[in-house]
Amino acid sequence: MTLLEVRNLRRSFYGVAALRGADLEVEAGTITGLIGPNGAGKTTLFNCVSGLVPPDGGSVRFDGEDITRRRPDEISRRGLVRTFQIARGCPRLTVMENLLLYGPRQPGEALGPALLAARGIRRREGELVDRALRIAGRLNLGPVLDRPAAALSGGQKKLLELGRALMAEPRLILLDEPIAGINPALAGEIAGHLQRLCADGMTLLVIEHHMDTIARLCDPVIVMAEGRRLARGTFAEVAANPEVQEAYMGRRAWAS
Amino acid sequence: MLDYAVTVLTFAGLYGLMALGLNIAWGMAGMVNLGLVGFFAVGAYTSAILTVKVGAPLIAGALAALAVGAASGVVVALITGRLRDDYLAIVTLGLAEVIRIAASNEIWLTNGTDGISGLPGPWRGQVSPQTFNLIYLALTLAVIAVVLSLLQNVSRSPYGRVLRAIRDDPQVAAVAGKRVMRFKVEAFAVSAGILGLAGALYGHYTSYVAPDVFVPLLTLNVVLALVLGGLGSNYGALLGALVIVAFQESARFIGIAGLSAVQVAAVREFAIAVGLIAVLRYRPQGLVPERPPRLAAAPAAGRETRLDVAASGPGR
Repeated sequence: MTLLEVRNLRRSFYGVAALRGADLEVEAGTITGLIGPNGAGKTTLFNCVSGLVPPDGGSVRFDGEDITRRRPDEISRRGLVRTFQIARGCPRLTVMENLLLYGPRQPGEALGPALLAARGIRRREGELVDRALRIAGRLNLGPVLDRPAAALSGGQKKLLELGRALMAEPRLILLDEPIAGINPALAGEIAGHLQRLCADGMTLLVIEHHMDTIARLCDPVIVMAEGRRLARGTFAEVAANPEVQEAYMGRRAWAS
Repeated sequence: MLDYAVTVLTFAGLYGLMALGLNIAWGMAGMVNLGLVGFFAVGAYTSAILTVKVGAPLIAGALAALAVGAASGVVVALITGRLRDDYLAIVTLGLAEVIRIAASNEIWLTNGTDGISGLPGPWRGQVSPQTFNLIYLALTLAVIAVVLSLLQNVSRSPYGRVLRAIRDDPQVAAVAGKRVMRFKVEAFAVSAGILGLAGALYGHYTSYVAPDVFVPLLTLNVVLALVLGGLGSNYGALLGALVIVAFQESARFIGIAGLSAVQVAAVREFAIAVGLIAVLRYRPQGLVPERPPRLAAAPAAGRETRLDVAASGPGR
C-alpha cells in the first residue's frame, strides 16, 4: 500500500528552482531512503510535504487523502510527522516538556480549560507522561529528562528529535539526517532504533548522506538530483546506475 | 504618610497588573508588545466613556474595558501575526502612539486633550479620601489575585507549554500539531484584556483620563519591571513592578547637592536606564527566574521506579 504519494512537486525560491517536478512514493512498512547530492531538493521536499513551505505546484497524498498546502499542524495530526536536520527542539523546554509537547489530544491546550485548570488535563497529562517515559526509556533519554534541551549532546538531540516524533503517534516519520554528524557508535544505535521501529510496523522516509547506513537500512532507495527523482531501486541498483554516479561525481571530462 | 504609602502601593499594583498582562504575550509566547500603553488607554477610555457619558455602572465599564481590550488585541494579533521581534516591537510602539493621537483628536468621543473627568469610584465621596484609597488598594489587590491565579494556571498547563514552545521555535510547535496562529492570537488577546482592565482601574482611581497619561514612557517602565522581575515569571512581574515604583517614588525624596529639581528628575530617569542595562548584563533571567513547571501528573517518587522499568525495556 502506498502511504505517501508525491506527484510533480514544484517549488522555486525567487530564481532558484529547488523542486522541478519531483515524484516520490513511500510504501507502508518500509524504510525508504532519500539520497542525492547537496542542493538536490531533499529538504525542500520535506518542507513541502510537511506543510512548512507551500509548493508552487504538484500534489501530496497521504494515506489516500490530498494534503497539499495543508497547515503543518493538520498534517502532523493526521500522522505524518517530520524531524529537523539541525536538531532544533525548544532549547529552553526540558527534554520531558519537549516530548509532552508532541503529545496529541491534550484538552489543556485550549485556553478556557487552561485558565481554570480543568479536571481532564491532569489525567491526560498522566497518560502522556507515561508514554514519554516509555519512549525516553527506549531511546536512553531517561537520565536527561529534566535537562533543558539546549544542554543535550548532539547525539542526544537527534534521539530527542526521534522521540518527539514518536510522541505524536505517527504512521509515517520523515527523518531529515537522523545520524549526520554524530559518533559512529551512537549512529549505529540510532540505526538500530529505526530498524526496530520498522519491525513494529512504523513507516519511515529517511534523508541521509551516510551511505553505509543507507545500504544497511533502506529499501527502496530514491535518488534525487536537481529537484527531480533520478532513480529508484535497491541500494545496489541505484549505486550501479551511471546517472546516479554522474550526479554525485560529475562527468569525466575525458570520457570518450 | 500612610496614605501616601497606600497610593504608591495602588500604583505599584496597577504596574504589576500591566506587567502580568505583558508577561503572557511577551514572557510566555515571545510576542514583544511595546504598545501596551495603547491597550491600557483603550481600556481606560472604554470604561470612562461608558460610565461618564453613557451612565453605565462601574462594574459594567470595567468588564467592557476587559472585553474591548481583548478584542483590540485580537485585531492587532491578526494584523501582526507574521511579525516577530523587532518588527513586532516597532509596529506595536507605533500603534500605541496612533491610539494616543486618535484620543487627542476624536473630540466627540474622548473630549480630546481636555480628557474625561469625573469617573466614578467605589464609594467615592461617601467615605473619606483615606478610606477610599484603602478600598481601592484592596480592590486592586483582589483583581491582581484573580488574574495571577488564572495566569499561574495557564503557565503550569499544557497551554503554557505550547506558548513557550512557540516562543522558542514556532515551526517546531506547528510540527508538534499546534495551530500556532490560534495560540498567538489568544495569548495576545488575554494580554490586551488584562491591560484594558488595568486601564479601567487606573481611570476610576484617578477619576481622570487624558491622552497625556498614555505616553511611551509608561510602556517602557512596565517592560523594565518585567525584565527586572523575570521575563516569563508571573511573580517576577509583580515583584519587578513593586521595585520600579518603589525606586521612582523614593527617588523623589533624594536631593542631590548642586542639582536643581529638574536635573534630579533627569538623573532619576538616567538611573533607571542604567539599572536596565545592569540587569540585562548581570542578571538577564531577572529577580525571579522562570522555572520549568513541575509536572502536575506523575509524582516524583513513582517516576523513578517507572523510569527503571522503562530503561530496561525493549530499547536496551
